[in-house]
Amino acid sequence: MASLQSSFLGIQSPNPFWLASAPPTDKKINVLRAFEAGWGGVVWKTLGSQVKNVSSRYSAVDYGGHRVMGFNNIELISDRPLELNLREIEECVRLFPDRAMIVSLMADNDRKSWHELIKKVEDTGAHGLELNFGCPHGMTERGMGAAVGQDPEIAKMVVEWVMEVAKIPVITKLTPNVHSVVPTGKAVVEAGTNGLSLINTIQSVTGVDLDTFVPNPYVAGKSVYGGYCGPAVKPIALKMLTTIAQNEITNKVPISGIGGVSTWKDAAEFMLLGASNVQVCTAAMKHGFRIVEDMCEGLSNWMDEKGFKKLDDFIGRSVNNITHWEDLDINFHWVANINQDKCIHCGLCYIACEDTSHQAINLVQGNPYNTYSIKEAECVGCNLCKLMCPVSDCITMVEQRVAPEYINWKEWQAKGLPLNDH
Amino acid sequence: MSIQNNRLTKEQYEQNFSDIHPPFESRNAALVEANRCLFCYDAPCTKACPTSINVPKFIKQITTDNIKGSAHTIFSSNIMGAGCSKVCPVEKLCEGSCVFNLMDEPPIPIAKLQRYSTEMAMDKKWQLFERKSSTGKRVAVVGAGPAGLSCAHTLSREGIDVTIYEKEKLGGGLMTYGIAGYKVTPQFCKDEVAYITGIGGIEIKYGKELGKDITLTTLQQEYDAVYLAFGVGLARQLDIPGENLEGMVDAINFIYELRSKGYDKVAVGEKVAVIGMGMTAIDAATQAKRLGASEVTMLYRRTKEEMPCTDVELELALLDGCKVLWLAAPKEALGVNGKLTALRAEVMKLGEPDASGRRSPVPTGEEFVIEVDMVIKAAGQTPYDSLVKESGIDNSWGKVKINHQCATNMKAVFAGGDCVNGGKEVVDAVQAGKDGAAGILDFLNINNK
Repeated sequence: MASLQSSFLGIQSPNPFWLASAPPTDKKINVLRAFEAGWGGVVWKTLGSQVKNVSSRYSAVDYGGHRVMGFNNIELISDRPLELNLREIEECVRLFPDRAMIVSLMADNDRKSWHELIKKVEDTGAHGLELNFGCPHGMTERGMGAAVGQDPEIAKMVVEWVMEVAKIPVITKLTPNVHSVVPTGKAVVEAGTNGLSLINTIQSVTGVDLDTFVPNPYVAGKSVYGGYCGPAVKPIALKMLTTIAQNEITNKVPISGIGGVSTWKDAAEFMLLGASNVQVCTAAMKHGFRIVEDMCEGLSNWMDEKGFKKLDDFIGRSVNNITHWEDLDINFHWVANINQDKCIHCGLCYIACEDTSHQAINLVQGNPYNTYSIKEAECVGCNLCKLMCPVSDCITMVEQRVAPEYINWKEWQAKGLPLNDH
Repeated sequence: MSIQNNRLTKEQYEQNFSDIHPPFESRNAALVEANRCLFCYDAPCTKACPTSINVPKFIKQITTDNIKGSAHTIFSSNIMGAGCSKVCPVEKLCEGSCVFNLMDEPPIPIAKLQRYSTEMAMDKKWQLFERKSSTGKRVAVVGAGPAGLSCAHTLSREGIDVTIYEKEKLGGGLMTYGIAGYKVTPQFCKDEVAYITGIGGIEIKYGKELGKDITLTTLQQEYDAVYLAFGVGLARQLDIPGENLEGMVDAINFIYELRSKGYDKVAVGEKVAVIGMGMTAIDAATQAKRLGASEVTMLYRRTKEEMPCTDVELELALLDGCKVLWLAAPKEALGVNGKLTALRAEVMKLGEPDASGRRSPVPTGEEFVIEVDMVIKAAGQTPYDSLVKESGIDNSWGKVKINHQCATNMKAVFAGGDCVNGGKEVVDAVQAGKDGAAGILDFLNINNK
């Protein structure tokens, strides 16, 4: 059976699933429950100067009858006394020595504050530090969180302060509220961070109450932008992760992947795109810590099926499969095929193609069931019909290369080959 | 053995005649099912509906909390959409053609969702249609059943003043008088008629029967057009000896009594035979059982393959404890002192297909006798033969003949529903009423496009 043992910057955990710095990791009672449930590690909720939170704090986006496709929060860093947090961290490390204990930090924006905080945390026996340069609300207005992460120069300076004293590995958490995560990523790697984690939450408004006209979440008739997370942000996180995994400076350090990880499949995808492990929050907030059971079992079974014995066998394996558009093979072509035995005649492929794509599906009226088939000459192989079809493997894409040889856009142009073929 | 009423307690009646298809208990329950709908294009469910309700649209509107829009979508195709959600044989119409059937998954509960939106509209008294200003035209409708009400509503929307002549005390036709009580309650039927006529411009004159209280000639003189929707009424006779014995009843009368009196006032036998296997036969058999008959036996000349009712309906009868004798035809009602005591029947076998395409029953000569004190005849209904013929309306065996515009041979007289087709579902009658209204509007040169 495959081994899920994970080593991130030398920090050991029995599996690559950590709980991200957030409410689930803000005190001993939760963290012990998480470890009992089987989580490989936790990133303790961010410690820093004392704050006061508001009520309410969360809101969500539901979709198609499912709760919490996306989730946002306006909670600040830990509002518990620092000394209490430190004492509990120490106890958790002692009770579960085989699990990873990372502590998230956000000190006031001066060298002395960072140095003092790091020393106190290291005394707990924690295994690593995560620098919160990502929190998009509340703390930014005080010059912390994303305000640091959005400015590569400031981020670099803070990391340099940290590295002056840190004796345990330092992970810098990046904010997605930038046009690219790479500049800050490069700056903090150059400043000496041992690892990176991304993404933090994305600034958002989840919706507006159509009766009160107040956006969510509601605080005494007002709202603020909150940090968005959950399944909805996964594609954005994967893209940002890939840019870090492909950059020759930032890919020198290990990456902890965060952003909408809910299942072992999500985790495998993050790891294929360069994450050495993953951090989870929203899925646990929705279902509780028990979800880690299937994450471990599913990942292990998949690794066995694929012949992977350890995590390193597949970490980063898909990074180079994301290329530049201009390097894509223009002679590659495939067309849709509808399996008539599986078709349930819902017409969703037809209306999608007819109204919004290439009018490449033929309709023969029936009563009550119409018959749909592909006009291969019209089909550009866009996948739209396949994506809309509610039946697995009913619509498949069949390769019909235009020509056997590889040719990309630059070569196509250079040869003066015809454009506008559709 | 005897035929008697008041066999059960009040609680038993209540339980036996409570709603067989309870509604969704909450918005969330409705949303779970509404969200399952795939929102098919050119949807099979819509095509399978005689009134072409845009099912995917009204279900989608439930998911967006636009219940008013959802109800409007339903009612604009079928003004009796609330009643149809309770009485339609959906297993052979919309739900029967739901694409989920092709995945061996349960179909979307379309009727239940339709009930969710339409009942909310009725409860909240949303009037979703605005009547155009009066055209000054007047139309008489004969019969306040589904066809008549549907026609009247369509005409009223176009600014026509409609007077409906109804021979009964209540509107709704077979919805009110001919359908099992556990499907629609008398109160619901009243509410539905009130909701439909709530648009205004429709007056119902009750207790006015064509041929008795009014004549077609007068209507022709007094109105710009007439729409005949008087339905069918008479139960087909069995033409067997003993048909006049006490205890021989017809299903239409039996159900009419059930619907017009209290359940405890309706007499039922101890051992009941029901002849036929259509929807009305099922309604009669199940309700005989629910009134307290100890044995109910259904006799049908053919087999399950040919039966007119749906599997769901048959299931209902079997679950109620009714027995079914396939390939059995009544031959003679036997009695003592003028009272029914037994039914002699003959075993049939299937022969060549008949005009309906179904294999016809052929006698085998083998006979048997079952002990019964009540026989309910539900072997189909016959048109109001003499009414039609005396009025001089062109007809086929008593069924009114119409052209593609729903016009009869009589000047300005249109017709539709059961009196034309011989007896179909409520939903078919609603569509007939829409078609009739279209014909009349055209005849009156009123553009309803």
